[in-house]
Amino acid sequence: MAGAREITGKIRSIENTKKVTSALEMVSASKIRKSQDLMNASRPYARMMRRVMGHLHEANPEYRHPFTIERDEVRNVGYIVVSTDRGLCGGLNTNLFKSVLADMAEWQGKGAEVSMVTLGKKAFSFFRRVNVEIPAHAAELGEQPQIEDLIGSIKIMLDAYRDGSIDRVYIAYNDFINTMSQRPTLERLLPLPETDDEDLRDIWDYIYEPDAEALLDTVLVRYIEALVYQAVLENLASEHAARMIAMKNATENAGELIDELKLAYNKARQAAITQEISEIVGGAAAV
Amino acid sequence: MSTIRCDIVSAQEEIFSGEAAMVFATGTMGELGISPRHAPLITALKPGPVRVQKPDGEEAFYFVSGGILEVQPHVVTVLADTAVRGADIDEAAAQRAKEEAERELADRTGELEIAEAQAKLAEAIAQLQALQRFRKKLKR
Repeated sequence: MAGAREITGKIRSIENTKKVTSALEMVSASKIRKSQDLMNASRPYARMMRRVMGHLHEANPEYRHPFTIERDEVRNVGYIVVSTDRGLCGGLNTNLFKSVLADMAEWQGKGAEVSMVTLGKKAFSFFRRVNVEIPAHAAELGEQPQIEDLIGSIKIMLDAYRDGSIDRVYIAYNDFINTMSQRPTLERLLPLPETDDEDLRDIWDYIYEPDAEALLDTVLVRYIEALVYQAVLENLASEHAARMIAMKNATENAGELIDELKLAYNKARQAAITQEISEIVGGAAAV
Repeated sequence: MSTIRCDIVSAQEEIFSGEAAMVFATGTMGELGISPRHAPLITALKPGPVRVQKPDGEEAFYFVSGGILEVQPHVVTVLADTAVRGADIDEAAAQRAKEEAERELADRTGELEIAEAQAKLAEAIAQLQALQRFRKKLKR
């Protein structure tokens, strides 16, 4: 029977696939650790930033920065969508894009225009096919994303917000909860949601160099950049975790498939032997 | 000897955290030396070194590309930038991000991507069909 050789060929090819997927799984597992360290290292900055912002706000309660003022009418909505550059990470990107699309549809239903900044190749290649304007894009941020690579894209959104061509900015990314679960998250970036900071009991009047308003502006821009940067790191950790799980499943599936094929191979071999024997016996009987 | 707590952080890492006898930095309005119980102050920093004098007399230097320094009576916080910033530099970065989007949008590889995906899909379907045929054969 010709089946046996075909099956061995198939088994070999699946074994090769299995080797690749298990290698990818191990690579991702080691990268999760690194990206988690990055995430933890970037946290103190945002925390201190919030503290300084709280102090500034308390010291000048009468001054409201445009970034903190809620606009009555929302005509244009901006999104910053953080995605991966590469695929093979399960439904990570798709789930995120779905939640963004749902939110977009809601705003568009209310008659708002949507524009979008994409970070990562997958978001760009997905949303370019959707009816949405993409004024800025950045990709290939690598294993250790640098904040410098994000500044430009963020500035475009902030400038658009300042001059009034965007009334609201959201950021979408995958929140890393643990290795098994990542949550698609959509958060409002601008106007900044009011924060009730607990450690604001001690209020001093500061000496400002230069003036308070310029400083507050700098602090707010840095703060938003830090938030976006953290989102990128969260998404990076999520990417590795999702890829690890996807590859683990693929490896297991390949194993199952190999077992089934081996069974089939043995059956085919057995059938061939039986047939040969019966042919020989039949031939001998004819003689 | 009285000390002041000093935290130097950047968006990417915690650079220094500990007690200091004195902290020196370059503010936009000039050199600053901060000793414990300095008046509350907040200032933007110029690119330059931040010098931390530890209680044991040892000194540590850190280079910051700018940022913000906040002083409270017992805490100095330096929010360091990781990159040199300025209106022109930021503008250039924004321009790059914009061009990147335009270039990618103008790029017709989008269609190539679709073709590639379709080819992959056809291949996967063929494999699936082969597998199904094969399974049916087994059952018989």
